[in-house]
Amino acid sequence: MADRGKHRADEPAGPAGPAAEAQFDPRLLVREKGAAGYVEEFKRRVRGGELGSLPVIVGLAVIWIVFQSLNSQFLSPQNLSNLSIDIVATGLISVGIVFVLLLGEIDLSAGAVSGASAAVLAVLQVNNGWHPLAAIAAAVAVAALLGLVHGVFFAKLGVPSFVVTLAGMLAWTGFQLWVLGPSGTINLPYEGLVAGLTSTYFTQLIAAYGLAGLVTAGFFAASVLGNARRRAAGIPSRTMADVILRTLVLAFVVFGVAHVLNQYKGLPLALLIFLVVVVAADFVQRRTRYGRKVFAVGGNIEAARRAGINVAAIRVSVFMISGAMAAVGGVFAASRIASASQATGQSNVLMMAIAAAVIGGTSLFGGRGTAYSALLGMLVIQSISSGMALQGVSNSIQFMVTGAVLLAAVVIDSLSRRSQKASGRA
Amino acid sequence: MTAVSGEPVLAVEGISKRFGAVQALSDVDLDVHAGEVVALVGDNGAGKSTIIKVIAGVGPADSGEIRWEGRPVTITSPGAAQSLGIATVYQDLALCDNLDVVGNLFLGRELGRLGVLDEVAMEKRSRDLLHTLSIRIPSVRIPVASLSGGQRQTVAISRSLLGEPRIVILDEPTAALGVEQTAQVLDLVERLRGQGLGVILISHNMVDVMAVADRVAVLRLGRNNGLFDTGRTTQEEIIAAITGATDNVVMRRRARTGRAEEAPDG
Repeated sequence: MADRGKHRADEPAGPAGPAAEAQFDPRLLVREKGAAGYVEEFKRRVRGGELGSLPVIVGLAVIWIVFQSLNSQFLSPQNLSNLSIDIVATGLISVGIVFVLLLGEIDLSAGAVSGASAAVLAVLQVNNGWHPLAAIAAAVAVAALLGLVHGVFFAKLGVPSFVVTLAGMLAWTGFQLWVLGPSGTINLPYEGLVAGLTSTYFTQLIAAYGLAGLVTAGFFAASVLGNARRRAAGIPSRTMADVILRTLVLAFVVFGVAHVLNQYKGLPLALLIFLVVVVAADFVQRRTRYGRKVFAVGGNIEAARRAGINVAAIRVSVFMISGAMAAVGGVFAASRIASASQATGQSNVLMMAIAAAVIGGTSLFGGRGTAYSALLGMLVIQSISSGMALQGVSNSIQFMVTGAVLLAAVVIDSLSRRSQKASGRA
Repeated sequence: MTAVSGEPVLAVEGISKRFGAVQALSDVDLDVHAGEVVALVGDNGAGKSTIIKVIAGVGPADSGEIRWEGRPVTITSPGAAQSLGIATVYQDLALCDNLDVVGNLFLGRELGRLGVLDEVAMEKRSRDLLHTLSIRIPSVRIPVASLSGGQRQTVAISRSLLGEPRIVILDEPTAALGVEQTAQVLDLVERLRGQGLGVILISHNMVDVMAVADRVAVLRLGRNNGLFDTGRTTQEEIIAAITGATDNVVMRRRARTGRAEEAPDG
C-alpha cells in the first residue's frame, strides 16, 4: 500500500532547491551567500510580486533628482522642512486609510470627517471656551463615532463600504457646514496649543540629532536582542553583519534628515508626531493580534471566520480607526492655517490621502500594505506639488501629474498582484 | 497496514438526516480507530459531506448515536467537535494567501502576551510541527500564496494538528492537485496515521484511496453500501459499490419477487 507516495518522499518541496537550503528563511539566505544573496533575494521578490516599498523609494529618488536639477531650491533645508510639515495633516488621514485598505475596503468619508472634526474642535474651543486638549479629544471621539456608524452599516447590514462612506462624505460635509454656522470660518488663536502643533520646532540641535541617535540605538538594540532570542530558540537569525548593515542604512537616513532639519529651524513637532503615529500604526499592524486579524480579514474573509475571528468587530473597529485618524489629520489641517473653515478637508484631501496610501505600496485589493506607505506616498505627492510650485507650474498640471503617478502606482499594484497569483500557483 | 484493535476512537451509528423532502442519510454507520485511515467514498450526493458535517458539528443529525472512546456524546457545534479532538480540513483550504506559513498555522490562536505577538515562539513551534511531519516548505516565513497547491494543502492539514486532535477529517485533500503534489499530501496522511491519529479521508480518486486507506466505507444514496478492507479487495469492487453496479434494477426486482441473492452488506 501507499507506495505511490513513498518514492517521492525525499523530493524537495517546490522549486526551492536542495533540502538543506529549505531549512533557511529566504530573507536570510544572504547569510549563506554574501552579496549575491541580496541579488537573488531581490529577484525572488520581483518574481513573486512582493515589491513592497521599493517602487515608491525609487520613484521618490527620481522625483527629487528631477526637481533638484530644475531648481536648486528644491532640496534646500527650508523647502524640505516645510515639506515635512505639509505632509502631516493628509498623511495622518492616510494612516487611517491604510487600515481600511488592508481590509480591501475603502473609506471615502475621511476628508469630510476630518473637516467635520476640525469644525467641532474650533467651535468647542473658540465658541464654547473648552480647553484645546479637551476639544481635540472631543473632535476625535466624534469622528470615531462617525466611523462606528460607517462600520456598523457596512459590517452588520452588509452595505458596500463604498456606498456607506460615500453617503457619509455627503452627510458629514453637511454636518461640518452646520457646525461652523453662518460665518463658515472660525479662526483659532495663533499662539494657542492647536496652532502650535504645526508651528513648533525643537530648535536645539540636540533634539533632532538626539532623536536620530535614540532611533538608531533602539533599532540596533532591538535587532540584537531579537536575534539572541531567535538563536536561543534555535530558529534562523540574521548575521551580525546584516544587522550592522541595516543599522547603518537607518542611521544614514535619520541622521541625514536630522542634519537637514537642523539647518533650518530644527525638528518640527508635527513631523515628530506623524512619525510616532506611523511607527505605532506599523507596530499594531505587524506585531499585535489585532493587526494579524486585520490582515487575515483582508486576505481571506472565510478563512478568518473559520479561525474564529470576529469579522464584523474587526471591520467596525477599522472604520473607527479611520474616522479617528481622519480627525487627527483634520486637527493638523486646522492647525496649519490656524482656522477651521468650510474648505477644511474638502477638495482633494480625501483623494490625496487614498493616493498616498496606494502610491506608498498598500494594495487596493486588501491584505497587503504597511503604515509606512502613508509617509512615503505623501512624500511623493507633496514633493511633486512642492517642486511644481517652485517651477511656477499651475494647479492644473499638478493634478494631472499626481493623477498619472497614482495610476502608475495602481498599475504596479495590479501587476504585482498578478505575478503573485502566477507564482502562487507555480 | 497498521494493526488496528480495540475500541474505535469515534463511532457513529444509525445516523439519519433529512433536508426537507430529501432523506440525505438513512441509518449510516462509520467508525475510526486510532492509527487508521478510513476512506469515505461515494458518488456526488451520496451523503459524504452530510455525514462529515454531522461529525464536525456543522449540521447535527436528526437521529443516531455518536460515541467517542465508547461514551455517547452530542456534537452540536464545530467548537464542540474541536474540543473533543476532531479536526476538519475542508476542501477550500481556508488559508490566508497574504499571511506567511506561521501566520496561517496560528491564525485565530496566536501566541503572545497582552495582544503583542510572540513571533519567535510561533516560528519555533511551526518549525517543530512541520519537522515532526517531515513537511518540506522553503520557509515558514513566506506567504502561502507562493507555495504550491500540495504545500498549501499540507499547511492546511498541519494547522488542524495544532489543536492536538485524535481524529482528522480530510475533505478531498487531493482534488485539484497534480501527481507530485498529491504524493506529498498522501505522504502526510500516512504520517498522521503513523502518529496514531485516526483519519477520515474523503476522496473521489480510487488510486489515492487504495494507496493510503486501511478501510473504505462506501456511501450510496445516503446509505452504507459496503465496507471494504483495502488489503482484501479490488478497485473494481469498490467502484461497483459506489456506482451501485451490484445493486441494479434486475437485482432489485429479484429482491421484490423473493428470488433474491444477498446484496452486499448494508
